[in-house]
Amino acid sequence: MKWLRENLFSGWPSALATLAILWLAWTLLPPFVHWAFLDAVWFSPDGRACRAPGAGACWALITEKHRFILFGTYPYEEQWRPALGIVVLVALYVASAMRRFWRIELALAWAAGLALIGVLMWGGVPGLPYVENERWGGLMLTLLLATFGISFAFPISILLALGRRSRLPAVRALSILWIELVRGVPLISLLFMASVMLPLFLPEGVTIDKLLRALIAMIVFAAAYLAEVVRGGLQSLAHGQEEAADALGLSYWKKTLLVLLPQALRVAIPPLVNTFIAFFKDTSLVVIIGLFDLLTSIKVALTEPAWSGFGVEAYLFASLVYFCFCFAMSRYSQNLERDLGFGRSHAREG
Amino acid sequence: MRWRAAALQALLVAAVAFAVWTLAANTAHNLEARKIASGLGFLQREAGFEIGESPFLSYSAADSYARALSVGLINTFRVALIGIVVASVLGTLIGLARLSRNWLLAKLAAGYVELLRNVPLLVQLFFLYALITENLPGPRAALHPLPGVYLSNRGFAFPLPAPDPVHGGMALALIAGAILALLLARWARARQARTGQPFPAFAAGAGLILGLPLLVFLAAGTPHALAVPTLQGFNFAGGGALTPEFAALLGGLSLYTAAFIAEIVRAGVLAVDRGQFEASAALGLPRRRAMRLVILPQALRVIVPPLTSQYLNLTKNSSLAVAIGYPDLVSIANTTLNQTGQAIEGIAIIMAVYLTISLSISALMNGYNRRIALKGARR
Repeated sequence: MKWLRENLFSGWPSALATLAILWLAWTLLPPFVHWAFLDAVWFSPDGRACRAPGAGACWALITEKHRFILFGTYPYEEQWRPALGIVVLVALYVASAMRRFWRIELALAWAAGLALIGVLMWGGVPGLPYVENERWGGLMLTLLLATFGISFAFPISILLALGRRSRLPAVRALSILWIELVRGVPLISLLFMASVMLPLFLPEGVTIDKLLRALIAMIVFAAAYLAEVVRGGLQSLAHGQEEAADALGLSYWKKTLLVLLPQALRVAIPPLVNTFIAFFKDTSLVVIIGLFDLLTSIKVALTEPAWSGFGVEAYLFASLVYFCFCFAMSRYSQNLERDLGFGRSHAREG
Repeated sequence: MRWRAAALQALLVAAVAFAVWTLAANTAHNLEARKIASGLGFLQREAGFEIGESPFLSYSAADSYARALSVGLINTFRVALIGIVVASVLGTLIGLARLSRNWLLAKLAAGYVELLRNVPLLVQLFFLYALITENLPGPRAALHPLPGVYLSNRGFAFPLPAPDPVHGGMALALIAGAILALLLARWARARQARTGQPFPAFAAGAGLILGLPLLVFLAAGTPHALAVPTLQGFNFAGGGALTPEFAALLGGLSLYTAAFIAEIVRAGVLAVDRGQFEASAALGLPRRRAMRLVILPQALRVIVPPLTSQYLNLTKNSSLAVAIGYPDLVSIANTTLNQTGQAIEGIAIIMAVYLTISLSISALMNGYNRRIALKGARR
């Protein structure tokens, strides 16, 4: 009772707001529950049951097409391979999130994991027929774009951040040019550039496939944003750190690699994770240049006559998938921020 | 040491220059092979495609590419400006709601922020577009929540004041009112500094800004005729209308950006120390003036820089219009480069426009930051 009075009815504006919210919930929730659960069609091979009068949400679209949505046009009998790949990737994400695994072995695990995924996806070894990467798709492609994008963009971003703080004017100018140019334009324009302009740049006879071109654009894009986060981390360090390293007579690279970066990256982890989230969401833009990611496969599933008109259900499902990944990352980043903050203030006391 | 640095840089510049030169040579060769003439000459040619909506600038398929791109630019600005206003209002309300002592309201706002921030904008746009075009009834059975307002799968129609010459006069009066209010505020500040007497400049200014247009309206005999949409054939005519594309894009951009603005507003309010409230109360400042003179200036110092970058993000995100068929700059440039093959020029135009917007906003922001920065603080 006391809790109710203090938190819901602490004055007439608050009481009014509470009543308004309760009234909204009362009017909106029952029809939504009916639509989404009670009247929903969960299974229907041809989607006809969804068009019956009074039918609710057509989740049958998801249950019938889930293989296509998850794996795209990957050969049907071989789809255990991307499924296993997703499991390996997710296991790697989870392991990387745990601080007790933050050792050099983790890098080796990543290298081994990515190599394994490459073998699984391409095949071409005995027992695994070759699958060209035009046929990769669905959730697996989204995860691959995000993973490879980040793993290549991150080292580049560190170089860019160092370059922007460099004393060498040419290095600084080129770094600033890259960072500001990329951050000033929408990602779409970079993707268009990769899909229509990049082929013009290359000498005759040389072609890069669509997936790689999109990946290059995503890396160029992510590197610029990550560089600003890394620079923020570098700027947060006390001047004394750099001066002390100089006083010890460390060379530039020793100073940077042994003193500055380890501290700067530690501070920068929470904002880095936030940038990863933004990048993960941005991978959905490849639908515009026709790459077969999660969102594209959902759109393609919707073009079948049996399932046309159920966009709301399909995009709710897409939202749910993206939400799971992004929400997990964002919670993780918040916890980490708290823990790291604790660690630092603790160290200062001691 | 010195010459090593110089050599390193010379090497880097040479490498970049060589890369650019190779790419340029390749490109020139490829363009020649495909018989594409480079340059901006194509802008004067006839575009030959229709554009769904072209407010403020009449356009037909017989017009030039240059005109089509201008229409796209206007459409980009239109959705971005309205989106910024809606997102700011919504974001501020949600940010304050999250700080509310009402548990239900705070949780609802927190849920909104978490949900909207963690789903890609593009998915939200597709969702809203599907919601409007697939799940709303046709114009004949349009939803009719308020008199004169119709929601259908062909877009939203709503009443607008019928065009009247007095509207121009009211706009002029609004501008005059704003200028007068600014002058008044300046005078009031100077007088207070000189004599110590306060002047209710805020109320008087608001009165001027709202009162002058109202006066013009009354003087013209209150022409309040409304243009109400009516069903004609397959769609509504008359009044104001939003196409499904515009409505979905505006809704998506505003709702998505509002979630980020809410967090910025919340952080800004939390950043002001409690002691500041207490100190202004101890000085005997009334709550309102404490808010305006002490709290807001400090909160704004925290809020404004990330807020501008959200505005820039919204403007850049409006380029996702191409995915749902709203004719913004990117969408029209994309059509143009597909038709003419002028890929480099088309993309250069897109990038130049967005870069101009971004860089001018950053320049303005840097100026603003210098102005509001703490005096003597190290930057």
